[in-house]
Amino acid sequence: MQTKAFRKTYTRIERITKATCVLKASSVRFGELAWVEKKPAQVISIIGELVTLQVFGGTEGLSTHAHVVFTGKPPSLAVSDLLAGRFFNALGQPLDGLSPVKGEEREIKGPAVNPVKRAKPNVILTTGIAGIDLNNTLVTGQKIPFFADPDQSYNQVMAEVALRAEADKIILGGMGLSNDDFIFFKNTFEAAGVLDKIVGFVNTSEDPPLERLLIPDMACTAAEYFANDKKEKVLLLLTDMTLYADALAIVANKMDQIPSKDSMPGSLYSDLASIYEKAVQFEHGGSITMIAVTTLNEGDITHAIPDNTGYITEGQLYLKHDTDIGKVIVDPFRSLSRLKQNVIGIKTRQDHPQLMNALIRLYADAMNAKTKKENGFDLNDYDVRCLAFARDYATKLLAVDINITVNEMLDTGWGLLQAHFEKYEVGVKDELLQKHWKKEPQTSA
Amino acid sequence: MTTGKVVGVISNLLLIEVEGAVTQNEICQVNAGKWLKAEVIRIRQNIASAQLFESSSSIEVGAEVQFTGSMLEVELGPGILSRKYDGLQSDLERMTGTFIEIGDSTDPLDKDKSYLFTPLAKDGDLVKAGHWLGSVKENQIDHKIMVPFVWEGSFKVTWIASEDHFRINDVIAKIEDKGGKTHEVTMVQKWPVKVPLTGFVEKIRPGKIFQTGLRVIDTLNPMMEGGTGYIPGPFGTGKTVLQQAIAKNSEAEILMIVACGERANEVVEIFSEFPNLVDPVSGHKLDQKTAIICNTSNMPVAAREASVYVGMTLAEYYRCMGYKVLLLADSTSRWAQALREMSNRLEELPGQDAFPVELPATIANFYSRAGIVKLGNGQMGSVTFIGTISPAGGNFKEPVTESTSKVARCFYALSQKRADSKRYPAIDPLASYSKYIDYQEFGEYSDEHIQKGWVQSVKRLKDLLRIGLEARDQINILGDDAVPVDYHISFWKSELIDFGIIQQNSFDPIDMRSEIDRQRYMLNFILDVCSKDFQFENFEQVRDYFKNLINLVTQMNFSDYGSSSFKKYEEQVVEILNQNTELHAN
Repeated sequence: MQTKAFRKTYTRIERITKATCVLKASSVRFGELAWVEKKPAQVISIIGELVTLQVFGGTEGLSTHAHVVFTGKPPSLAVSDLLAGRFFNALGQPLDGLSPVKGEEREIKGPAVNPVKRAKPNVILTTGIAGIDLNNTLVTGQKIPFFADPDQSYNQVMAEVALRAEADKIILGGMGLSNDDFIFFKNTFEAAGVLDKIVGFVNTSEDPPLERLLIPDMACTAAEYFANDKKEKVLLLLTDMTLYADALAIVANKMDQIPSKDSMPGSLYSDLASIYEKAVQFEHGGSITMIAVTTLNEGDITHAIPDNTGYITEGQLYLKHDTDIGKVIVDPFRSLSRLKQNVIGIKTRQDHPQLMNALIRLYADAMNAKTKKENGFDLNDYDVRCLAFARDYATKLLAVDINITVNEMLDTGWGLLQAHFEKYEVGVKDELLQKHWKKEPQTSA
Repeated sequence: MTTGKVVGVISNLLLIEVEGAVTQNEICQVNAGKWLKAEVIRIRQNIASAQLFESSSSIEVGAEVQFTGSMLEVELGPGILSRKYDGLQSDLERMTGTFIEIGDSTDPLDKDKSYLFTPLAKDGDLVKAGHWLGSVKENQIDHKIMVPFVWEGSFKVTWIASEDHFRINDVIAKIEDKGGKTHEVTMVQKWPVKVPLTGFVEKIRPGKIFQTGLRVIDTLNPMMEGGTGYIPGPFGTGKTVLQQAIAKNSEAEILMIVACGERANEVVEIFSEFPNLVDPVSGHKLDQKTAIICNTSNMPVAAREASVYVGMTLAEYYRCMGYKVLLLADSTSRWAQALREMSNRLEELPGQDAFPVELPATIANFYSRAGIVKLGNGQMGSVTFIGTISPAGGNFKEPVTESTSKVARCFYALSQKRADSKRYPAIDPLASYSKYIDYQEFGEYSDEHIQKGWVQSVKRLKDLLRIGLEARDQINILGDDAVPVDYHISFWKSELIDFGIIQQNSFDPIDMRSEIDRQRYMLNFILDVCSKDFQFENFEQVRDYFKNLINLVTQMNFSDYGSSSFKKYEEQVVEILNQNTELHAN
């Protein structure tokens, strides 16, 4: 992305905001990359001669007489196999001090996959965590975020999931990542001996905030290269998308756009969708699976960022600290994997869907019993059994430190049902009960 | 032809300096290497603002623009069914690349395919726009070839082709206007999508149930042929699963699905499932009666608005052939958001939540295009429309939900609470409503075709639910022991209704679809159970007894209607009912 010698240099900026600058220029294309002194910038509006640039590095210290050069093309990334094992900044420049990657220059923010060329995602992606594999089964080509409170160890859980999942490449898009977490990711991947299948695009919290607008598109471009050109299974990690959306809001604000809900731009849904919809299962077997993090403000999922995300992604995962067992669990109520229907009971054992639902329903009864108890009411026998079940269920299945196969999860589930309930209480099809219910009926029931 | 040049680009809003006449909503083509479509949405002096139906990256200031003189149109003719269109009616399957590149567009109809044409009109017939001239087989459907809807006045048929194979652009009839001028009719015609397609005599008041196969809709909140409904719900409450369940199980003869700004994988699911699912109406595969218009959330935003209009126009077209058409749009909120993005770029003064002020009117006009109509030949056709809404923050007090509530007649509220406890479909049975249930037309229809006093039975069921929920609140406040056992009985009766009627498993091959006959049976059966005079000593007995009952009724729902296992479970219910009454008698 070097300046072309024959390109005209402009030296008169008319307006400067904290995120944008405006100058008079001709023959400019929408979306093209420009350099404002040493800072990268992108054309985001042209009205007659007046061109507005979004300056990724921020406009601090920018002079009205700064040199501006247009490159004539949108931001791009050089893609090749040499990306593997490397870490880059938001512009695709190496962070490891090594030389830039040689390869085919591809425009980032590429076109959408034709829906008829997609395959139905139906390959299970196991993690060993029952809160995910049993209740919220993931498939390749899916996109799903963790909705997490800032104090939760979401990056750790995500790294764990990434390492356990079977993937040819893991691409990390870090936005406003703390330097500590960046080092954590590097160390974790290194310790697991998988650095050669990692590609990182990282904007740390020390870097200019607007630069992070480029991170997801850079990461997706690399992911598409490996998933489509190389037919690989790619796992793309994006953390933290809330900080990405915040950067969008800054630009929209400086462009005098009328904000919609929560000061977010009206185009937030489309902006987020253009990233998440890069998740895909190709017919040739290559895939991009996306696991993202959206941090919440005080658990508020009605905020525009998690709200729009929830409408785009194929489910969401919530982490929760279960005080009864003192462990982090995957919340079975609010978590959801929309694509689990494509695999559960089909790629997994036939009893999976009904058993899963029965367990969650009974866990809901346990939560009602808990409320009753907290409100000082007497618990009946059923309530007491539900509460005992809930503790076992959380410890043996919901906790994130579980690492077992799906069949082991199912067997554990049947064991829990039989330990605490009678047949008629679990609401499962007779056919399945006959096969899996080993306990003799109690005569008193 | 009017021409112009691009003088401004603000995302997908183009400012075009125009030389000559330009029309609001006119389509223009912009030269960006390829010709890209845009629609004029505002004119100020010689500057037209146009929304580009593509990504605007690579558009250069100074680019050449040509105005087409027409509004956004669809091509109507045989070959629409089984197609997968983008928001502008390009056939996605004809596109060659894995990615949809900027400016990719393809023909909506197959120009080379020949269809067996059977004439329906004869020489000398007097005809008007929309009149059936002939018919061809499109999949299993009789696709009527009609006098183009844009032609005004009456005509006389001077020649009509006899039964033979024709391609869509072949002339199949010649008709003469009052002035003696002859017009040639082919099998394909065009219509501007933003104008309601006429071609019928009158709209009538809906009153005939449109079966969806879902008990919570058909029994409790029935949809009508030609009716309108909307499904708002926070994410994760099952909007899309519900809409797909309706698509798979309804009695529609033609199905139009608009995937508007939603997930691509959901469309892929339809693509892969429909060719393998059997349509309960015709017995053929489901994709044979279906066309899908998809503008997924990563496809160009401006085409989102176009996609819903394209879907509606195609639905209206088949209505004119006398079919029962179901149009599903998921989700209308994305369309409203597309309007908002554009309004914002035009720097219009915003309405609530930054939506354009005309949003309620736009939505009302759109929903009003649905309806049941009487055609010129006395036959009926209908477009039933159900749209989903994705309310921001799951809060129904937002402009899209509120605007829709004023025009749609059925409201299917998805409840987070029900979804959280996996009670699917998560339709709140009491907050939801169907205004049709109070229509005199439906009362008369249901008395005759379902059973006498049907509406009263449904209302009784709703009352039992309401009483049960009130009892539940009392129990929760006062505690199990502090309320009379009767409260528990009321509560558990409502649970029986919930599990036995409202909940339905969309993934179970038997339970997923319940015919109205079976629904009538279950409604009577459950009302009968609820009318029993139960006797219990304490609330634990109530709970255990009803759990048993619920389990059996659920097993009935999982069994084929009238099968031996269905009867077996039914007998078991009767048996334990008798036990309790005997206990009472002793």
